[in-house]
Amino acid sequence: MGRYWRTLRRFWSTAVAVQLEYQANVLIELLAVAMSLGGSLFLLSLFYGPDQTLGGWSWAQALMVQGLYTVFDGMASTWLRPNLGAIVTHVREGTLDFVLLKPIDSQFWLSLRTLSPGGLPEIALGFALLIYGSVQAGVVLTLPSLFTVLVMLLAGGLILYSLWFLIAATSIWFVKTWNATEVLRALLASGRYPLNAYPPALRLLFTLVLPVAFLTTVPAQVLLGEAAAPMLLAGLALAVLFFSVARAFWLFALRFYTSASS
Amino acid sequence: MALIDVRGLSKTYKVADKQPGFAGTLRHFLQRRYRDVAAVQDVSFQIAPGEMVGFLGANGAGKTTTLKMLCGLIYPSDGDVQVAGHRPQRRQAEFLRRITLVMGQKQQLMWDLPPLDSLRVNAAVYGIPDDVARRRTSELADLLELGEELTRPVRKLSLGQRMKAELLAALLHEPEVLFLDEPTLGLDVNAQSRVRQFLAEYNRRTGATVLLTSHYMADITALCQRVLLIHQGRLFHDGPLEVLADQLAPEREVHLELERPAQSDAFEGLGRLERIEGCEVRLLVPRDQLTIVVAQLLERFPVRDLDVKDPPIEELIGGLFRQGRV
Repeated sequence: MGRYWRTLRRFWSTAVAVQLEYQANVLIELLAVAMSLGGSLFLLSLFYGPDQTLGGWSWAQALMVQGLYTVFDGMASTWLRPNLGAIVTHVREGTLDFVLLKPIDSQFWLSLRTLSPGGLPEIALGFALLIYGSVQAGVVLTLPSLFTVLVMLLAGGLILYSLWFLIAATSIWFVKTWNATEVLRALLASGRYPLNAYPPALRLLFTLVLPVAFLTTVPAQVLLGEAAAPMLLAGLALAVLFFSVARAFWLFALRFYTSASS
Repeated sequence: MALIDVRGLSKTYKVADKQPGFAGTLRHFLQRRYRDVAAVQDVSFQIAPGEMVGFLGANGAGKTTTLKMLCGLIYPSDGDVQVAGHRPQRRQAEFLRRITLVMGQKQQLMWDLPPLDSLRVNAAVYGIPDDVARRRTSELADLLELGEELTRPVRKLSLGQRMKAELLAALLHEPEVLFLDEPTLGLDVNAQSRVRQFLAEYNRRTGATVLLTSHYMADITALCQRVLLIHQGRLFHDGPLEVLADQLAPEREVHLELERPAQSDAFEGLGRLERIEGCEVRLLVPRDQLTIVVAQLLERFPVRDLDVKDPPIEELIGGLFRQGRV
């Protein structure tokens, strides 16, 4: 375990060093995050006049959902996109061989090799928005609800990661799967509005098939005291299920890679 | 006891064929036709610890496929491989710590950072303590004549410097078995010979086993006593390089410069006449008759100059394969 921990620290310290090689890029990324958040807040504000609600959600409550979405989007920019996007490159250029010849778990390497600090401010902004929305919505924070939300966030992160990784792993067959991960990102974007804002059919889809609901709406409901233990358990169970499927699929994909590629 | 033991190794790929043009593209997209291509067929050999073995063959002969099966990147379709007592395809951590793969056309170093950063990552991945990693780095850097290059971003290094840094990164964990796939590809003559010298020295110092593929005959002649020649997936020769040369080139080339022009029928019974042009004559003479023929030539003709050469081996191998004599 110590070896993995030491490796992870080196992975990330070199990743930050790579980013800092290009100073201008860091500034541009920060600017892009600020503009994207400003844009989505503006969009959200269009749906709300004074005292209006969206699918039964008030402006402040919708801000909480938007905050949670921003946290996940930041997570995607910081962690998922740089790492899982590189899998495609590894497959196409054959550098996956180097990863597979290291005495370390290949999924660990591919999932955590790099980190794009440009997404961190987005995560911070997301939390700020979540806290601001919660205060406006009159949420009373208790220790259990705080704990629950944190667990939900972790579960949500794991679900998102597993889905993304699953798609990225198919690049072993299809080599090019850029588009597929873009679809996933668009799907995540559907989580920026409360689930009840969507028609029932989509609501079902977002809860059961592609659990976007568990990423944003459910944690917000937990904070608002509208969802409780069963939801938490469902979220956790889903996270474990998705992660196990992603893991199994990766091992299967590797067997294919090693017996078919040249 | 062989360190590398390969028996009856085969690998068959499914390959999709695509016809040119739009219609071909459409068919390729909708209904791919696959055919089986035997990349490696029934290859067997053993390599003892500390040996340096050259792996020769034209492009697509099956060298890289064999190499990848030996390091566990590809499952064999048939046959059995043992490397350092492990089955490579299981890729157990214990096995991976004992081998390394260097590919001339691919790199593992981080492009934007100095090699030292990549080395730190590798040290962590292989669980090498920092003081040990530092000591090994400085030893290897000395051997490779790398200095301040290690603190410069990889993208700013020359191809030769980069290859040397790649070697350093690949050897930090002191592997016993080195698989080198075209390690000198694209390097200039100086850099090539520096890499060669390093590999010879590394082998001498550590007793590591080396299996090397190369397009450059000079790599093989400089480093390897023993050569495996693979052609169309089959092992065609396994033994000393000189034996291969004898087998490939049973004749030697005799170049004559005469005082006066001679007629071509004057050379009958003196080997095969390749070319005659005024005073310049080129003959191909079987190796075992060389001394007799040369003596007769000197006796019969007014010779101004006489020269005996071996044709370059890459030409021989190439010629052999073109003629389909294998």
